[in-house]
Amino acid sequence: MEYLIKAFSLLFGSDPELRQIIGVTLQMSFFSTTISSLFGIPLGILIGSSDFRGKKWVQRINNTLMGLPPVVAGLIVLLILSRSGPLGKLKLLYTVTAMVVAQVLLITPIITGLTATIVSIRAPQIRETAAGMGISPFKRMLYTAYDCRVQFVSTILAGFGRAIAEVGAVQIVGGNVQFKTRVMTTAIMLQTNMGHFEFAIALGLVLLIISFIINALVQKLSDGQAENA
Amino acid sequence: MKKFFALMVALLMVFSFAACAQQATEAPQAAEAAPAAEEPAAEEAAAAEPEAVIDNPVIRLSTTTSVNDSGLLPYLQPYFEEDSGYQLEVTSAGTGAAIEKARNGDADCLLVHAKSSEEEYCSEGFGEVRVPFMYNYFVIVGPDSDPAGVKNAASASEAFKAIADAGAAFITRGDDSGTNKAELKIWTAAGIDPAGQDWYVNIGAGMGQALTTADEMQAYTLSDKATYLASENSLSLLLEKSDEMMNTYSMIAVTPERWPDTNYVGAEAFIAWMTSEKALDLIDSYGVEEYGEQLFFTIR
Repeated sequence: MEYLIKAFSLLFGSDPELRQIIGVTLQMSFFSTTISSLFGIPLGILIGSSDFRGKKWVQRINNTLMGLPPVVAGLIVLLILSRSGPLGKLKLLYTVTAMVVAQVLLITPIITGLTATIVSIRAPQIRETAAGMGISPFKRMLYTAYDCRVQFVSTILAGFGRAIAEVGAVQIVGGNVQFKTRVMTTAIMLQTNMGHFEFAIALGLVLLIISFIINALVQKLSDGQAENA
Repeated sequence: MKKFFALMVALLMVFSFAACAQQATEAPQAAEAAPAAEEPAAEEAAAAEPEAVIDNPVIRLSTTTSVNDSGLLPYLQPYFEEDSGYQLEVTSAGTGAAIEKARNGDADCLLVHAKSSEEEYCSEGFGEVRVPFMYNYFVIVGPDSDPAGVKNAASASEAFKAIADAGAAFITRGDDSGTNKAELKIWTAAGIDPAGQDWYVNIGAGMGQALTTADEMQAYTLSDKATYLASENSLSLLLEKSDEMMNTYSMIAVTPERWPDTNYVGAEAFIAWMTSEKALDLIDSYGVEEYGEQLFFTIR
C-alpha cells in the first residue's frame, strides 16, 4: 500500500526527470509498435489468408523469432550501429532511434504471428464468399483485414506491452543515458543496482499504471468500433 | 510434417542430454565443499580441521564489480576455500547496492570501496569494524586523440577542469558506486558542477558498460585500473597514480545483532584469511603475469 501511494505521488508529482523518462518510454514504444504493426499486420494477413510455397517454413521461422531474446536483438543492432560496425557512420548508437530499431526486430515477429493466427480462423469463410462474388485476391485480403480489425487491436496492444516492458535490448543499444535514452525499465534496473529497492518498485508500479491506462483507453476505443461494425 | 516433428523432438532430447551430462560433470566440483557428498567427505573433514566444526559452511560475500570482474576474487576463492573449508558465494554490484544487500540481511560479509558509505553503514549498527586491507588507483581513460589534453594534467582535478573547459564528452557511471563517488569528489575538488551539462553523459551503468560507451562515443571516463585492463576497448590510459585517485578497499563483517542468522563466524574467518600473509602475498602478485604490472596493493 505504501508503495502504491508512493507510485501515485511519483506519477502525478512534478519530478521533471520522471516526466522526461515517461516521455521517452512512450515515444519509443509508440514508434516501435507502429512500425512493427506496419510490417507485421500485412505480413500476418498474407500468411494467414493465402497459401504459397514455403508458407510452413515462413511460419516456423517467424515462430522462432517470436522467442528471440531481447539481448540478442540488442547485440545485433549494437554490432551494426557500433562505431566499428557497418552503419557506424550514422552515429545512431545510444539514441532513441537505435532503441526503436532493436524493438522493431523483436516485435514484428510477434505481431506477424498473432495476426496470422487471427486471420487464419476467418480466412476460409471469407474466401468462399469472395469466390462466390468473384472478388480479386487483393480485395479479398483487404476485406479480411477490415473484418478482423477489432482483433488486431489486441495484437497491437500485445506488441506495445512488449515494447514498454522490454529492458535487455534498450539497455544495450540505448545505453541508459540520462535525459536521452533512459526509459522506465532501464531506470528501474538502475535503481535496483543502486540498492534503492523502494524507488525501483514505485517506478515499476508507475509503469504498470501507465500500461493500464493505455490498455483501458485503446480497449474503449475498439469497443466503440466493434459496436459500429 | 511428422518427420520434421520427430526430428525436432530428437534434437531437443540431444540438447537436454548434453545439458544433463554437463550438470553431471559439474556436480563433483560442487560436492567437494558439501559435507553430504560421499567420497569427498574425507577431504572436507581434513580441510575443516583447523576450524574445528563449521556450523554454516556458506559465506555470502557482497562485493563490487571491480573486485569480482577484474578476476581477483575468482583467483583468491579456491585458496580460501581449501584453507578454511568454507564455501564462498559471491555476488557483485555497485558499492551502493552491495552495501544495501548487507543492510537487508542478504549478505554475511562486505568487500567494498567507498569510505563514507562504509562509515555510514557501520554507524547504523550493521557492522562493527571496517578492515581496510588493499588499495589501487583510479585512472582517467579517453580517446587516443585526447582533445582536452588530459595527458598534460598534473592531477585528477586539473584533468577534469581541462575536460570541462574543452567541453569534451565525459561518461559518468551515475550509479552510486564507489567509482562514481570518487569521480564526484574529484569534480568537487576541481570546483565544477558537471550535472546537466551537454558533455556530461550519465549512463547509470556498471564499469564495463561505461568503458564500452566511452569507447563508442570517444569520451573520457574514470575507471579502476583493473577493470580497464580486463575490458576490451580502444581507449588510452591518460592519467594515473595521482593522490586523489587512490582507491581503498575494506571488508566489514555483518553483525548478527541486526540479522541473527548471518554467518558472522564465517565472515570473521574470511576477513582473518584475507589479512593473512599468504592472502596478502597472493593479492600483491595478482595480475603481474597477465598484465605485466601489479593491480592491487595491500596494506600491511
